Amino acid sequence: MKNRILHYTFQFGALAFIALVVLFFSLYNEHFFTYSNLTDILRSISIVTFVAIGVTISLMVDGFDLSVGATMSLSTVVTAALMVWYQMPLIVVLIVPLLIGAAVGLLNAFLIVKIRIPDLLATLAVMYIVNGIHKTYTKGYSVYNHMPLQDGTTAPGEMLKSFLWIGQGKLLGVPFPVILMIVAVVCAHVFFKYTRWGRQMIMTGGNEEAARLSGLRVKRVRVAAYIASGVLAAIGGMLFAARIGSGQIDAGAPYLMDSVAAVFVGYSVFAAGRPNIVGTFFGAVLMGVLVNGLTMMNVQYYTNDIIKGAVLVLALAVTFIHMSRKKT
Amino acid sequence: MKPDGSASVLRMRGIAKSFAGVPALKGVDFTLRGGEVHALLGANGAGKSTLMKILSGAYETDEGTLEIDGKPIVLRSPADAKRAGIHCVYQEVDTSLVPHLTVGENIMLDKLASPSGDRWIRWGALHEEAARVLERIGLPLSTRRRVRDLTLSEKQLVLIARLLAEKAKFVILDEPTAPLSLEEAETLFRIMEGLKRDGIGVVFISHRLPEVFRVSGEITVMRDGQRVWTKSRGETDMLEVVRAMLGRSFEEEYPKMEAPIGDTLLSVRGLAAGTKVRGVDFDVRAGEIAAVVGLVGAGKTELSRLMFGADPAERGTVTVAGRQADLGSPAGAIASGIALVPEERRKEGILVRESVLHNLSLPILRTISRSGFLSGAAERRHGNDTVTSLGIKTAGLGQLTAYLSGGNQQKVAIGKWTATDAKVFLFDEPTKGVDIGAKSDIFRIIGQLAQQGKAVVYLTCEFAEALGLADRILVMCDGRIVKQFKRGEATQEDLLYYASAGREEPS
Repeated sequence: MKNRILHYTFQFGALAFIALVVLFFSLYNEHFFTYSNLTDILRSISIVTFVAIGVTISLMVDGFDLSVGATMSLSTVVTAALMVWYQMPLIVVLIVPLLIGAAVGLLNAFLIVKIRIPDLLATLAVMYIVNGIHKTYTKGYSVYNHMPLQDGTTAPGEMLKSFLWIGQGKLLGVPFPVILMIVAVVCAHVFFKYTRWGRQMIMTGGNEEAARLSGLRVKRVRVAAYIASGVLAAIGGMLFAARIGSGQIDAGAPYLMDSVAAVFVGYSVFAAGRPNIVGTFFGAVLMGVLVNGLTMMNVQYYTNDIIKGAVLVLALAVTFIHMSRKKT
Repeated sequence: MKPDGSASVLRMRGIAKSFAGVPALKGVDFTLRGGEVHALLGANGAGKSTLMKILSGAYETDEGTLEIDGKPIVLRSPADAKRAGIHCVYQEVDTSLVPHLTVGENIMLDKLASPSGDRWIRWGALHEEAARVLERIGLPLSTRRRVRDLTLSEKQLVLIARLLAEKAKFVILDEPTAPLSLEEAETLFRIMEGLKRDGIGVVFISHRLPEVFRVSGEITVMRDGQRVWTKSRGETDMLEVVRAMLGRSFEEEYPKMEAPIGDTLLSVRGLAAGTKVRGVDFDVRAGEIAAVVGLVGAGKTELSRLMFGADPAERGTVTVAGRQADLGSPAGAIASGIALVPEERRKEGILVRESVLHNLSLPILRTISRSGFLSGAAERRHGNDTVTSLGIKTAGLGQLTAYLSGGNQQKVAIGKWTATDAKVFLFDEPTKGVDIGAKSDIFRIIGQLAQQGKAVVYLTCEFAEALGLADRILVMCDGRIVKQFKRGEATQEDLLYYASAGREEPS
């Protein structure tokens, strides 16, 4: 009986905790549990969810991608620059950042799979490089409509309306980024649950040598995972540019932390104890709810990080206590 | 040596040790005198390593006494043993050395790490002293080389030099020659002579009988946790040793299933890599079970991994049904029709944190998916069929394989291949850590595979199993196939004789 209660605690503890937090904020502030605020929360986590899905995929193959924040920053400024500096059509604006994300992923994969640098170190190094590239590219300035250029003239273009709609528009009363996010979460979940490639990634992460001896081309699988991670970070960057309406530099830096936190909170959802898409989504939701609610409570924004960190510690503690209990 | 010049004597009396109620040692006596090389022999599981672990302080004995020169000693830890002058050189030399330090530092490590040592390190004196030790055992090696740049045999010798620097009186060499080439073994024997001259008692564990008879003065044979006898070299010969190691071997009953034998399905030609596999040739026909037997370290696992593309081969080819197999990767080997059930079941054979269902479907994901989407129904059907036909005892398909018994884990590791197109099955020690019931299930599965016209290669160090199961037995020793027997031609004694290099060493 006691075991059963414990079992349910681990299984649904994370969801119960989210419900509790929502309940607390709803009681505290009448404006919290309203349609507009809830969609606001979802919109605010849409970007971090994309980046976090990428991190989840890298963890799924037993790796880690630290470069997602930098990739997102690069994608943000490139997206803006394509419109503001070069006046490119929408299709180019949508495709080039994705290619850049894939290229960063390929570089990571090359260092990790071919040169065999440990994941954390390789992506840390790439994070530096990509960070430097995106600042060098914009000479350290954010990219915005008709910005003054080095030669004294102003930039010719401005952000396309159609592009901004991606980040700011609504479809049937739902913010478009939220729809994109839900589609991404569902697709990623289906990918890992029901497709051969998803299964291959899970098995490779489970035990690379055993997977290799079962005939999986584990190197290819890992390369694909890092490319996916890079592309998803790039999508995060595009969404950010569309949301803000300019190409902020260093946009991705805080998103690395938040996405990693979301992924690891996700470990505790349904007592999975491993990276999983649904968990990552709920992790992002929890983080979003906390930030939103604490802001409404007029908690200073720099205090938020303490609470986010504490929640992460709690989730990790629950996960690892559960896992070591299972072993014995 | 004692101050008065006479040799020290180490005595173990009535040593007994059980693990979880299963006795591993039953009242063993063992005496080691300074200045002698004493060989300790026995088949796998005879209790040699347990006895030596007690002597080196890794295990505590349940019963019995140890004494040096008549004074009783108690060994609760390896540190106790070292204080008593007993040192052990294990096979894994790398774990005992610090790779990025120099030879000199490694030899003098004890002094460097000792809390009672000098506060300052005097590098000149340190290297001088280390060089003196190396000279004493006749090893021409610079003390300033990094240990990580040394060959395996040099590392082993550095370890021996360290024992001397630490004033060892008794040294255990646990299968030191297994990884060595002939010349390297010669160097080791020369150094063992040096140890003898210094009055150090050496326990020498080896599977190679010719070298045992060359270097040891005394020979002790163990079997089933007991000492069979101790004799000096002149009083015995190799055949007597082999007989003593095996004892009155009760042949276990193995259900040999008759299978029609067809054409040659598998041909291995000149397969070689490193010092472990040195050019292996053999053929296996459809429906035939060929056992490759050999002692631990003979190169069987390495051979199976080469044949499966798990490790890169330096030379040689594998042909399956007339077509040369792709050994570039396991995926290539599988596509060529080869399946491997590896020895390290929990690390390589199955994924312990995944379900039975997902483990079984892993090699056939392509067949059970359509345009990339897995068919859950097809996967479950395959899982259920395999569980039923192989008799895998599991709470359900969703059960994590970590929670299955060893035998059922092994059935999963085998079962995942049964639905593939594999024509050649390689089994590496498939009965290791498997209970009797599951063992006969596994033999039945292997027999059925043969009846389906597969070629089976069964690599094992259990000679009785090979005799019971195989149509043909290939004896492997030091990376080569040294002898072939047809079914019914060989006895365990014959197999052990050839597996222990019981023939003239090729010169």
